[in-house]
Amino acid sequence: MCAEQAVEVSHVLKRYGDKAVVNDLSFTVNQGEIFGLIGPNGAGKTTTIRMMMDIIKPDSGQITFLGKHLDDNSKNKVGYMPEERGLYRKLRVIDSITYLAELKGLSKQKAEQRAEELLKQTDMLQHKNKKIEELSKGMGQIIQFLVTVVHNPDLVILDEPFSGLDPVNTELLKNMFIDLKNKGKAVILSTHRMNEIEESCDRILMVNNGRSVLYGSLADIKAKYRSNAVLVETGDELGDIPGVISRRRIKNKTELILDEKTYPQQVLEEIVKRRLNITHYEIATPPLNEIFLKVVGKNHE
Amino acid sequence: MNKTALIFRHEFFYMIKRTGFIIMTLALPVLALLAIGVYQIVSKIEKPVVEQVKIGYVDNIGNFTQFTEQQNISLIRYGTTAEAVQALNKKSISEYFVIPEDYVSTGVIDRYTPERQLEAPAATTTAIRGFLLGNLLQDKAGSEIIQRVENPLNMVTTRITETGAPATQQGGYESFIIPYLFSILLVISIFASSGYLLQGLGEEKENRIMEILLSSVSTTQLLTGKVLGLGAAGLVQVIVWLGSAVLMLNLASSTIGGFISTIHIPSNFIVLGIVYFILGYLMFAVISAGVGAVSPTAREGQQLSAIFTVAAVIPFYFMPLLINTPNNPVSTVLTLFPITAPVTVMARLGLSDIAPWELATSIILLIGFIIGGLWFSAKIFRTYLLMYGKRPGLKEIAKSLRG
Repeated sequence: MCAEQAVEVSHVLKRYGDKAVVNDLSFTVNQGEIFGLIGPNGAGKTTTIRMMMDIIKPDSGQITFLGKHLDDNSKNKVGYMPEERGLYRKLRVIDSITYLAELKGLSKQKAEQRAEELLKQTDMLQHKNKKIEELSKGMGQIIQFLVTVVHNPDLVILDEPFSGLDPVNTELLKNMFIDLKNKGKAVILSTHRMNEIEESCDRILMVNNGRSVLYGSLADIKAKYRSNAVLVETGDELGDIPGVISRRRIKNKTELILDEKTYPQQVLEEIVKRRLNITHYEIATPPLNEIFLKVVGKNHE
Repeated sequence: MNKTALIFRHEFFYMIKRTGFIIMTLALPVLALLAIGVYQIVSKIEKPVVEQVKIGYVDNIGNFTQFTEQQNISLIRYGTTAEAVQALNKKSISEYFVIPEDYVSTGVIDRYTPERQLEAPAATTTAIRGFLLGNLLQDKAGSEIIQRVENPLNMVTTRITETGAPATQQGGYESFIIPYLFSILLVISIFASSGYLLQGLGEEKENRIMEILLSSVSTTQLLTGKVLGLGAAGLVQVIVWLGSAVLMLNLASSTIGGFISTIHIPSNFIVLGIVYFILGYLMFAVISAGVGAVSPTAREGQQLSAIFTVAAVIPFYFMPLLINTPNNPVSTVLTLFPITAPVTVMARLGLSDIAPWELATSIILLIGFIIGGLWFSAKIFRTYLLMYGKRPGLKEIAKSLRG
């Protein structure tokens, strides 16, 4: 298990003045997984990432990358897209990607070659000679992502990756994460918009006020916080079903909340018995933000 | 290529491709070339024939008859004022003057002209003065003495060594002018380069690219690469200026001549000029880095650095003192104090020999200041460069230095 670990954060503490913004935080991120670092604004996510990148130093605790402390060489194996994004506005697209790739240890020739490859993959090759300031915001975001992965890093850290992205580019980015994961890379997605990433993540760490509040595989967490409810999609009228104490519409589905004595199988049997035409039936799992609210008991979103 | 070298290369080329930098670097040589060109064109245009002017005079004493041809002015004698007025009306003369009988005791000459003037034209005054002087002294001295009385002093100063032989480094404006001009250019160049550094840091903070850079390099690599890259660009600028000054002087000496042909660059100036440029630049660069780190925006950074700009130009306020008594204690203090040293040394090089101990101490203090400043800047740079929109107080800065 240890050999698979891309990052290990162990009992890390960071204070600003009297306030501990990161308080005794520990977690690991494995190779070949998408890891969600989630929590409301001000929870300590960005500070944790900056400590992982050696931009700021923790007051105590340890952070290792592939079993070693982050040094100049291992920095080259990490791609980081900060929440606060930026590129040299007066520099050409190709020069921006090439320069930042060279800073990650690529030769000039290799950096230019990789930059062209990535621009071609994202259908942006025709913009390579434009200055960054001439690009649309969406295009700029994609270039920012290309800069993050141009050196083929083993670990990619993305802080609020979907912030300001339109649905098309959001989908493009999600596919890129999955592609990275399939290549055996470790991907850390940090966000306060929990529902945006829950379908992409394998494991998550939920933080609040600098402390870990939930940590583990997404499936296990959802199973643990599962409510006794089912989701049904049907064009017919469901009518009164025994054991259902309440119901609510979620998009085109109906969530049925069951009493303690009723099992989801009994409800399905009742629907089949009534010969209702159903197109979808699943045991309902609460979204991450609901789980978060249950755990911390406050409304942060 | 290591990361510091990459940042150096990026900063150097990013800087020298800037329009403002190119204009500033080439403006001086281009303007000087233009001035020489214009002078040559003007000097080739045939000079207009100087019009011969006729001025009348009435001599009530009776013996002012010689020296009537003065440069382009001919003096024509009339017996009476009425004759002179008649000649003036006929436009035979442009004006006339009367030498009264008591002229020798009073020195008063009465001048009459149809023109409305503030005062007599210089050429007229010179001509009448020469005419009067010649006639007054004609029986008492030869023409050479008369000429000497007109222009009695033409002083040539030579600085000598202990053996009495002429010294290699002579004084005078001829050797002062280039170092003085360069001390001004040096200040402009240092401030421009370190200003670009400050602006660059501010832009990187505002553009939020700083965090991306720091995910690849350390703060020390980033600072060193930036300071050296921009410093090299500034050095290129100074070398272009120095090189063009040498070429322009040679060109101007052969074409214009006169005082310009006597101007020269002191031999120790080029070496010390470059040494002090590098040290001066590094000093202001580390100050700029520190200021850049604690300032949330480029604009605020520039406002804060104005304090150091004012301190660096202090030697210019003391320039009359430096010129008149180059080796006074104030000059020594300004030479040793790191912030004022580059400009003071530059100006003093053209005025006097600076004692070797002064130069050595000044260079050591400058280097010490740079190393201390780099340590100070790197500390606060690391702590505050990711602070957006907030300037730390003095207490916080002091705390970060202890930490």
